[in-house]
Amino acid sequence: MAELGIEMTSVRAANLAGASVGDFIALMKPRVMSLVVFTAFTGMMLAPGQLHPVLAGIAMLAIAVGAGASGVLNMWYDADIDGSMQRTAGRPIPRGRVSPEEALAFGVILAVGSVTTLGLIINWVAGGLLALTIAFYLFVYTIWLKRRTPHNIVIGGAAGAFPPMIGWAAATGSISLESVVLFLIIFMWTPPHFWALALYRARDYERAKVPMLPVVAGGAETRKQIVIYSALLVMVALLPALINLGGALYALTAIAAGGVLLALALTLNRAGDGRAGDRAARRLFAFSIVYLFLLFAVLLLEAVASRALSLTGAALG
Amino acid sequence: MSEEQQREWERRRKMRSIAIGLALAALVLLFYIATIVRLGGNVMNRPL
Repeated sequence: MAELGIEMTSVRAANLAGASVGDFIALMKPRVMSLVVFTAFTGMMLAPGQLHPVLAGIAMLAIAVGAGASGVLNMWYDADIDGSMQRTAGRPIPRGRVSPEEALAFGVILAVGSVTTLGLIINWVAGGLLALTIAFYLFVYTIWLKRRTPHNIVIGGAAGAFPPMIGWAAATGSISLESVVLFLIIFMWTPPHFWALALYRARDYERAKVPMLPVVAGGAETRKQIVIYSALLVMVALLPALINLGGALYALTAIAAGGVLLALALTLNRAGDGRAGDRAARRLFAFSIVYLFLLFAVLLLEAVASRALSLTGAALG
Repeated sequence: MSEEQQREWERRRKMRSIAIGLALAALVLLFYIATIVRLGGNVMNRPL
């Protein structure tokens, strides 16, 4: 009780002191932003178009801020859920450090600012896709699906899959098969990634009344779905090699890392409930991040190498 | 609100104001640079 008293006093003191700059940065989900920037940058580098380096930097900044806006608006709407979950209880709004009104205003300003900047300075295909991403994440995922259906992250995952398409559109002003393939990889990656997390955080989601798959359909069904989606993901991840978006190194990486991912998913399926299941879910969750990073890092590496080679060839020729 | 809390509140408000000021200045600079890059030499190309 004494500890709780001290905790409450410190929360009240924090409230009285108002929000710090760091609280507003935390609202933007910096870790998610970094993944968005990385995948968007890969999309931009893979695209055939040439964007002036300064403009490319501005495009990346606008995409990062747009991703931040999505995070802020998500935290604004989900403050009640966040407060009842261990993983998110420390976020600025449930802690009382930022008021919901401040968060909403901050999110709207960032969203409008980032879309306008990307549209005016780069092109409106990229600006429109960024607006669609923010709107999809807020209205479709956060407000509509998250609290209603266990398919929330299957459909909502599209929001996280758009960034490479935005990067591609920033460089070319268009949408193409290649950028759709990049979209599909992240789209298929999202369910096994989040369901692995939901498996070992099921109690948290249950308490917050969020109908994640393990809460609604149970652990066994979730593990089965993880295996199915992982198998689909591994196949989709081979597409870049088939359409010449990725080279031999990419194909090898996709096969090897895909094999590990599938093995971890099958291990999780065999592990069942309990501690062993939790451990297997944590391992799959951690590796899924490495997996996605590896795929995009190799694509980026190959794109940079091919550009360097063509520049060297042009200089010598 | 105690004196110490008042001081902390003022310090945080000052930091927020500085952050907003810096962000606005950065935006001005960003649009200026983007204009120069986009228009290049055409910046000076206008009827007198």
